[in-house]
Amino acid sequence: MAKRAAPEVNAGSMADIAFLLLIFFLVTTTIETDSGLNRKLPPMEETEPPIIKEKNIFQLSVNKNDQLFLKANGNDGEVVELKNLRELAVAFLDNGGGQGDEACSFCRGKKNPSSSDNPDKAIISLQNDRQTKYKTYIAVQNELIAAYNQLRNREFQRLYPNSGMNFEEANKAYNDPRTTDASVKEKLKERLEAVKALIPQKLSEAEPKSN
Amino acid sequence: MSKFKKKKGGDLPAVNTASLPDIVFMLLFFFMVATVMRENTLMIENKLPQANQVEKLAKKDLVMYIYAGKPSSQYRNLGDQPRIQLNDKLANVSDVRSFIREERASKREELIPFLTTALKVDSEANMGLVSDIKQELRKENALKINYTTRQGDALEN
Repeated sequence: MAKRAAPEVNAGSMADIAFLLLIFFLVTTTIETDSGLNRKLPPMEETEPPIIKEKNIFQLSVNKNDQLFLKANGNDGEVVELKNLRELAVAFLDNGGGQGDEACSFCRGKKNPSSSDNPDKAIISLQNDRQTKYKTYIAVQNELIAAYNQLRNREFQRLYPNSGMNFEEANKAYNDPRTTDASVKEKLKERLEAVKALIPQKLSEAEPKSN
Repeated sequence: MSKFKKKKGGDLPAVNTASLPDIVFMLLFFFMVATVMRENTLMIENKLPQANQVEKLAKKDLVMYIYAGKPSSQYRNLGDQPRIQLNDKLANVSDVRSFIREERASKREELIPFLTTALKVDSEANMGLVSDIKQELRKENALKINYTTRQGDALEN
């Protein structure tokens, strides 16, 4: 008997099948957004509000037309633009107008006596209207977090000039699951906590107004 | 003479498509790996605002998603006020607490303190709804939240 060669399988339609699958996955793919602004809500327990000097509060309110109104640094309040908010917040936090015990050794601000004493005392208070658009709220939050991050980056680099990273990068490395070395993690945590203690995020949100 | 004669006119040879399946498979595998199947069918508009001071959400299985926004075009009969969506259905503010309790019950006990609530809110929604949700979360002591955003310049919102 003569050996018959097995007939070759026709692979011409393989490309079609693969294309079909490819198109299916292309259509169903939604690249999920899994990043955002992390915040912590205050617990429900009612505590006595501490007494705060007015000069230590950066009173920001957003009205229903998404306009920003700022009352800080001892003035009567003014309408501000969103794009100036970061700069204003940095100037407020970094002012360092405190005397004696409340003096701020690392601040590079104007030391205006009618603005905040030191970043530890400075509080940013945010008041929204119920009709404020969510995107405005996010933009405001983003700018305020950016102001804190800017100062924290500066202090991180001042305190640990040889680490080769800034606060945000250190935070990212700390939260990265690929950072497995416990001693590296411990060191990062220690540095992050030190900077956070220097410039705590004191961002208070009031109940929104309704009208 | 005939040695130098071209064979059969100027017909172009067919392009070899033998490696086409390989290329397509490569793309296919990329998309298969990158795909995250949507867990919920959104019944609402959900165009997230953008921000640039973002942090990544660490573990996907420790996140509870709350969506909010206007009902999308095929659900117009539900009105045009922003609504909350939990899992696959629209819900009221009062349902948020039971949703959180349910989600917590489905997780291992030692993981509960690490649960984060991701708020995926449409950029056109108003703050009234968002703060109502936040109030409910505070009552349920789910304090870690994340405003999910797209990467981008916040000033262009």
